[in-house]
Amino acid sequence: MKVLVAIKRVVDYNVKVRVKADNSGVDLANVKMSLNPFCEIAVEEAIRLKEKGIATEIIAVAVGPTAAQEQLRTALALGADRAILVETSDELNSLAVAKALKAIVDKEQPQLVILGKQAIDSDNNQTGQMLAALTGFAQGTFASKVEVAGDTLNVTREIDGGLQTVALNLPAIVTTDLRLNEPRYASLPNIMKAKKKPLETVTPDALGVSTASTTKTLKVEAPAARSAGIKVTSVAELVEKLKTEAKVI
Amino acid sequence: MTVLVIADFLQGQENAAIAPATLNTVAAAAEIGGDVHVLVAGQAVGGVAEAAAKIAGVAKVLVADNAAYAHLLPENVAPLIVALVLESGAKGYSHVLAPATTNGKNILPRVAALLDVDQISEIISVESANTFKRPIYAGNAIATVQSSAAIKVITVRTTGFDPVAAEGGSASVEAIAAAPDAGKSKFVGEELAKSDRPELTAAKVVVSGGRGMGNGDNFNHLYALADKLGAAVGASRAAVDAGFVPNDMQVGQTGKIVAPQLYIAVGISGAIQHLAGMKDSKVIVAINKDEEAPIFQVADYGLVADLFDAVPELASQL
Ligand SMILES: Cc1cc2nc3c(=O)[nH]c(=O)nc-3n(C[C@H](O)[C@H](O)[C@H](O)COP(=O)(O)OP(=O)(O)OC[C@H]3O[C@@H](n4cnc5c(N)ncnc54)[C@H](O)[C@@H]3O)c2cc1C
Repeated sequence: MKVLVAIKRVVDYNVKVRVKADNSGVDLANVKMSLNPFCEIAVEEAIRLKEKGIATEIIAVAVGPTAAQEQLRTALALGADRAILVETSDELNSLAVAKALKAIVDKEQPQLVILGKQAIDSDNNQTGQMLAALTGFAQGTFASKVEVAGDTLNVTREIDGGLQTVALNLPAIVTTDLRLNEPRYASLPNIMKAKKKPLETVTPDALGVSTASTTKTLKVEAPAARSAGIKVTSVAELVEKLKTEAKVI
Repeated sequence: MTVLVIADFLQGQENAAIAPATLNTVAAAAEIGGDVHVLVAGQAVGGVAEAAAKIAGVAKVLVADNAAYAHLLPENVAPLIVALVLESGAKGYSHVLAPATTNGKNILPRVAALLDVDQISEIISVESANTFKRPIYAGNAIATVQSSAAIKVITVRTTGFDPVAAEGGSASVEAIAAAPDAGKSKFVGEELAKSDRPELTAAKVVVSGGRGMGNGDNFNHLYALADKLGAAVGASRAAVDAGFVPNDMQVGQTGKIVAPQLYIAVGISGAIQHLAGMKDSKVIVAINKDEEAPIFQVADYGLVADLFDAVPELASQL
């Protein structure tokens, strides 16, 4: 089956971002950018399905700026067969991204679309569910295990109370959680080979997709800072402080 | 203006009970203003509907009791919510709110897309009926966002809102018709953690362990401490990934968000992803043998010590 993997270029997870002085957003100038960690897990899962002989072709899709080609090349180096960039310099909301992905799904007709559960910049946790709504597919979100059984997909999901397993009709949407797999690193020869794999660029316009949004960011501020605490020297002092100063026990 | 709140249930209860996060969500709805209605969708949820009717400030409870809604499968529940909103017409629902629980996060974006509006995820404050604050970048920035959508679809981070009282209301209860099962998905089974301790996101005290715990058995030190404090027990991602404890205990950017009166971090270094889930706690205690560990930068009280000495000693002094 054909598998589509959606990926996002985001600030690297090790970076602690700073808010811009004019409160218009966060400062991303000269900041390291990477493949969103949950998207890395999505790519890895697709590759494993291909290694098992279940996936026949893996298409990586990014919706984002020209520079997102870098992350698509990473996906190609990891094992995706070809890539599509839906190029836009606008920062799109999850719904607009889902609409762009829907247009690609219509064209490519994959049996399975794998996305990360959340992008670590917007922390939205929406795109997969929205794509499922727009395509009418079933969704297996926050997946920690994915098994294809004929035309059914069994997905084990990380939920608040533990784990839940659902059986979904294919085609379906999966969003990845942290325990789904441990992504591999791309080898140097594969990074070289990835440069020759096909990467197609389209625009939302050409796909006939509206990128209109019903939300506007008015300002972005730094969170309230915690005031500095103290070091205690013994357990007895800790207990004393918690009882008499903090009054929480 | 009427706000529709989607109720969530506590998982693993024999008779489904309303999840406390629903009460925080009703609090957010009350801040928005107008009438508050609560939708209880599920199977055999008569008891939950009765409980929902008692929630302070709720005007009406809508009950969709049907096998199709058992386990809140989004393929079935999202169309139900969308139909409710659309049938309510121009004078009907202005907002749809759900707690940012795994059920809320699973269902609500599907609703938003079907309504062709953006979703606003995990609000922590209501500035006005169309303007909200929400954390982004693991809580390292707070965005103020304004929605021009006719119907505002929002998930609520429970730590941003004090829960309303579970008792004292007297809402009317109305059964609503069920749509047919979409036939796209089926519930197969679940493995739920059983614990007599308080629920992590509702506990007044949380004791969390990290990679420093070394293995799952060593978490018994934390359970002993937690039982002295009436606390819930949480964990870092590293402790969950290593298999020390189950996934439902993960606190952080991509796990559970907690803000108890007291949070005790044991053998946790304090990565930004972990801080994102606990830095709004009232008092933070860190126990770590590395005095340079970043967790000390957010701790009110830091103890540089080996946890295997400090934790049993702390438990014995309480
Ligand atoms: C996409 C993504 C999402 C993530 N989401 C989360 C999340 O939601 N929650 C989360 O927690 N993390 C999350 N992480 C992981 C995060 O980046 C850190 O890797 C993780 O929090 C580290 O866990 P830790 O502090 O237990 O382990 P470590 O960083 O290894 O720290 C262990 C600490 O234990 C101390 N220690 C060891 N032995 C002892 C002892 N005997 N006595 C006292 N102290 C001791 C050490 O000094 C050290 O500070 C995420 C990462 C990514 C990439």
